[in-house]
Amino acid sequence: MEYKEIIIEAIGTLTINKLRTGLAALGIVIGIGSVIALISLGQATQTSVQNQIQSLGSNLLTIQPGSQNTGAVRGAAGSNTSLTLDDANSIRTSSQINTVLTVSPELARRAQITTGRNNTNVQIIGATSYYPQVHKFEIASGSFISQRDVDSISKVAVVGPQVVSDLFGIDSNPIGQTIRISSQTFTIIGVTVSKGGTGFQNQDDLVWVPLTTAQKELFGVDYLSSIALEAKSPEVMVDAQNQVGYLLLAKHKLTDPALSDFSIFSQQDILNTVSSTTGAFTALLSGIAAISLLVGGIGIMNIMLVTVTERTREIGLRKALGATKSIIITQFLIESIILTFFGGVIGMIIGVSISYVVSSLTGFPFIFSISAIILAIGVSAGIGIIFGWYPARKASNLQPIEALRYE
Amino acid sequence: MIQISHLSKTYKTGDVETKALDNVSFHVKKGEFVAIMGPSGSGKSTLMHMIGALDTPTSGQYLLDGENVSSLKDDQLAEIRNRKIGFVFQAFNLLPRRTALQNVMLPMVYAGIPVEERMEKAKKYLEMVGLGNRLNHTSSQLSGGQMQRVAVARALVMNPSIILADEPTGNIASIQAEEIMDIFKKLNKDGHTIVMITHEPDIAKNAKRIIHILDGKIIKES
Repeated sequence: MEYKEIIIEAIGTLTINKLRTGLAALGIVIGIGSVIALISLGQATQTSVQNQIQSLGSNLLTIQPGSQNTGAVRGAAGSNTSLTLDDANSIRTSSQINTVLTVSPELARRAQITTGRNNTNVQIIGATSYYPQVHKFEIASGSFISQRDVDSISKVAVVGPQVVSDLFGIDSNPIGQTIRISSQTFTIIGVTVSKGGTGFQNQDDLVWVPLTTAQKELFGVDYLSSIALEAKSPEVMVDAQNQVGYLLLAKHKLTDPALSDFSIFSQQDILNTVSSTTGAFTALLSGIAAISLLVGGIGIMNIMLVTVTERTREIGLRKALGATKSIIITQFLIESIILTFFGGVIGMIIGVSISYVVSSLTGFPFIFSISAIILAIGVSAGIGIIFGWYPARKASNLQPIEALRYE
Repeated sequence: MIQISHLSKTYKTGDVETKALDNVSFHVKKGEFVAIMGPSGSGKSTLMHMIGALDTPTSGQYLLDGENVSSLKDDQLAEIRNRKIGFVFQAFNLLPRRTALQNVMLPMVYAGIPVEERMEKAKKYLEMVGLGNRLNHTSSQLSGGQMQRVAVARALVMNPSIILADEPTGNIASIQAEEIMDIFKKLNKDGHTIVMITHEPDIAKNAKRIIHILDGKIIKES
């Protein structure tokens, strides 16, 4: 007997009781659907976060001061005051460093800013003229902070589009207007182009002032909260990291890199951390979805077992008319595989639709993951074989006389 | 054709042994119409299972067309049932929700006969039992007698060595039972070998030879 014949027989049997076939396949539909939806959405989130991080600047290295150790007390990372403008200047001028293009010393703090009526709490960044290049910011109107602003400790500010709409209203021109930061008046000289950042770090809700003004006038400190570096190319990131690291170690008179009072990390490091975090979430959610797939498989086994009992007479008759054990096994296995396969295909369509709808609602990229689909179809057919095997074997082992006698 | 010698079958339920067949020997020649008669529990069903290659004996020998059926494996028994035995059951045992044509084609599916030939043969045999106008009726649309005639067509379609009928009229009205018996007599006249199991003397007398069985033993032949 050919497989084609068995498949036709199996489809014939499945279409006889459509409601039960549908209900049996439903478990697989839900299982596969949720696995596909969660995997696609997980990948979409990951891609979205990666795009966002990459938009912060390419070839970006960030130096942050290490944690402060006072006796046995270890402060938070970044609490140290070990980075200075002098460090930034020596990185820029050192002859040993040939992989760094731009150096941007920065001092970032949160502060309350006010206009006549409105106020908001934003991140204030003390920056130099190098900042826009390193962080890939563009100016929509006016200009960014110049070297002259830094040298003259002038009270000028560049604001992000979110700050403009919060303080002055949408579509207003804030250039030349004044804002108050910590009771000091600043004149707005520029507005940045929106980066469209959302979620974990809004790139549009920032205010920039000259670094010297931030240090001396606003916060009264002489150190930096970070130095951002632009490497010449992605290939020399590691070299740049090493060169800058050795320079700063020597400059801070440290011999053991383990005791360094700063840390240098690249955009790639952040990317890896975030990727592994979202990856872990995706895996967790997929794991939960896989449980529903397992439950679906048990549902199939249950239905097939009921079917075997219900069709005992039919099995006996088929054996009496010449069906061998292997034909009966194959027939029942093919029935459960067809059941799970079509359940899988329908579940896949539903899962892809869900992730499409969610993507278009949230603005995440829509990802059509071929690997997830192959996995889903493979898994559902596999479930058909695994959970169909026991009922099929049970059916094939029925003795024809026992089966014929069964009422 | 059928040579049964010293055939015994013992069932064991716990410690209790039941001898369903006790040293039974008989022959059926080609073209015979034999009825096996006996009350329920006499062992006639067990004997039918042996002849039908549905079960294997505890001891003794069963030759069908010279082949020793008692020593065959499961798959070989399946082939013997498919090619050499045409079953007619008391409860018809048609596949539910399938048409008469599909039911008659089933043994040919297992024999690997091509679809066109299956159709053609199934039609021919359904016409022969007088159901040429009921080819696409499902079993729920047929009367008991008609269902049994579909079963007879199914039994004939592989051109088996013997037709083995187990209480073929047990579930149908007496008028239709006569029709079935007429078909059997006609088949026998055409040269088919028929072995029929029954407990009704009226039905048994249609056969040319009657074997009486009681407590697993043949008590008389007539």
